[in-house]
Amino acid sequence: MNNKLRRYRAWGLVPIVIFLALWEIIVRLKLIPGHYFFPPFTTVMKEFYALIINGVIVENFFRSLVRVLIGFTTGSIAGLMVGIIMGWKDIVNKTLHPIFSLFYPIPALGWLPILMLWLGIGEILPIAIIFICSFFPVLYNTVTGIKSVKQDYIMAAKTLGASKRKILTTVVLPLALPNIFTGLRLEAGMAWRVIIAAEMVAIPTGIGALLMKAQSLIRVDIIIVCLMVLSLMCFSFERFFLFMEHKLTSHWK
Amino acid sequence: MPLIELKGINNYILDDLSLKILDKELLVLLGPTGSGKTTILNVIAGLAPYKGSVLFDDSPVDRVSTVNRGVGYLFQSLALFPHLDVAANIAYSLTIKKSQQGKITDRVEQLLSLMRINHLSRRYPKDLSGGEKQRVALARALATSPNTLLLDEPLASIDMRFSKYFRMEFQRIQKKLGITTVYVTHDFEEAEEMGDRIAVLYHGKIQQVGTYDEIFFNPENRAVSEFIGEPNIVACSYSKYLGDGLMEVGIGNEIPIVIPHESGTVKKIAIHPGHINLYREKPPEPHINMLKGIIVDIDMDPSVFMLKVAVKTGNINFQVELHRELFEDMELERGKEVFLGLKLKWIRVMNE
Repeated sequence: MNNKLRRYRAWGLVPIVIFLALWEIIVRLKLIPGHYFFPPFTTVMKEFYALIINGVIVENFFRSLVRVLIGFTTGSIAGLMVGIIMGWKDIVNKTLHPIFSLFYPIPALGWLPILMLWLGIGEILPIAIIFICSFFPVLYNTVTGIKSVKQDYIMAAKTLGASKRKILTTVVLPLALPNIFTGLRLEAGMAWRVIIAAEMVAIPTGIGALLMKAQSLIRVDIIIVCLMVLSLMCFSFERFFLFMEHKLTSHWK
Repeated sequence: MPLIELKGINNYILDDLSLKILDKELLVLLGPTGSGKTTILNVIAGLAPYKGSVLFDDSPVDRVSTVNRGVGYLFQSLALFPHLDVAANIAYSLTIKKSQQGKITDRVEQLLSLMRINHLSRRYPKDLSGGEKQRVALARALATSPNTLLLDEPLASIDMRFSKYFRMEFQRIQKKLGITTVYVTHDFEEAEEMGDRIAVLYHGKIQQVGTYDEIFFNPENRAVSEFIGEPNIVACSYSKYLGDGLMEVGIGNEIPIVIPHESGTVKKIAIHPGHINLYREKPPEPHINMLKGIIVDIDMDPSVFMLKVAVKTGNINFQVELHRELFEDMELERGKEVFLGLKLKWIRVMNE
């Protein structure tokens, strides 16, 4: 069965290979007008290699990565903490829900202009944006996860002698994990999308900034390299949380 | 001395309810859906708000939280923690109290053996059948050796075949542990089979408390008689002792029927409509208490159908209760010839 699944998964590589081959052939044969703005796949990969060797992509990538990791970690932890309190204590939920409902719909990038004025252009700015981007969705998924735990489990734990704190840590949080992971997984990818956008608009370093520089120099190959890095990072971050969710919950879900 | 006493309990469903549950007895709470059966269990466990007083061994526990009431509760949904395997579910109450690991393992092993589920210890609830979940949930409820066990419709989620086995198993365990038990059901037959005493509940009030026979033959009010149904009462033309606690009586035109009875003259026998088996074809031998009849009337209720069967040779009619699914499976209709089997152990003697 596992071999069969692996074989099916391998089939997913076929369209990617076909896409890359078509890209290479169409550009090489100059089948599309304006081919100057569309370098072939092999050229892009050569540039990718050159950017790694000269350290440009590595430096910018690490700057973006550090911002994402700090912003995402702090935002998620804060979202998780507040979410746990809101999910567990009805009074806190009823008090904070209205104000968070007003802030939640504002897209993370919507905060950029005001944060530029308040925080200035520096390392804190992208981290703050990622913090906001991660905080609300993780919070809402945590609240939903806790609220969706069936009352019967809580009542059963009570009759088995569990204190409120024990019920929270041994029953409610483990059962809320799938929902919490959904929030983390979606936001891990989203954090990369947002950091790139923020760097494109307001920050002079990072993958987003490199993208904008490449655009001004009409270096389509570098633009494509940056997009590839972005795609790979979104994919890897989402996969990491999917893997963690699977590892922690698949045996009972 | 009553172990549990409910005094003047009032809440959103219970209406000035009082009830005594005796030490080590198995009391069945019997009543239709919405009558407040589960709420009584929740009041005893401290899970539902109430006015009035609950006493354990004559001491009020109204200010004692659920955590400290020390009751074992088998929920209708079973509520097995899906993220814990069988052993961890059973060990839950001991683990959170930080009991010694050795003691926990021993207790879990003991309960797995008692329930005969040792082979399931590493499985997760999602991989268990309804009957297996049932036994795990019961083991978990018993882990802390509670004084009282509350069971909320424990047979609701399992198939009929296993439910008979569970009843027997549960009675064995209850007697072995000598644990005071309150057992909720809406099924009269289940109530009789399980309970030392039965408390009939209707509209949040206890209508009658007594043994099966007391309730069956002397329903105290209309609510009770309507809920349990009218028994078939048949006059006997003769009776003779067969030995081994059995008697033969003649009903109708002297059709012989065997009943569990020791001695004396039997004038009338009674049997509940739910305790008569109905067959489309003549079942294989032996044909004790088997009667041939014709369906003359069908009273269709949403879940239970009441059939009136005329036994021509005996010139008598029987009311037979049949579950809707069974009725539909058997493709029965008015005028159809059927066979009735009167279940021996449920035939009661009615001598004034």
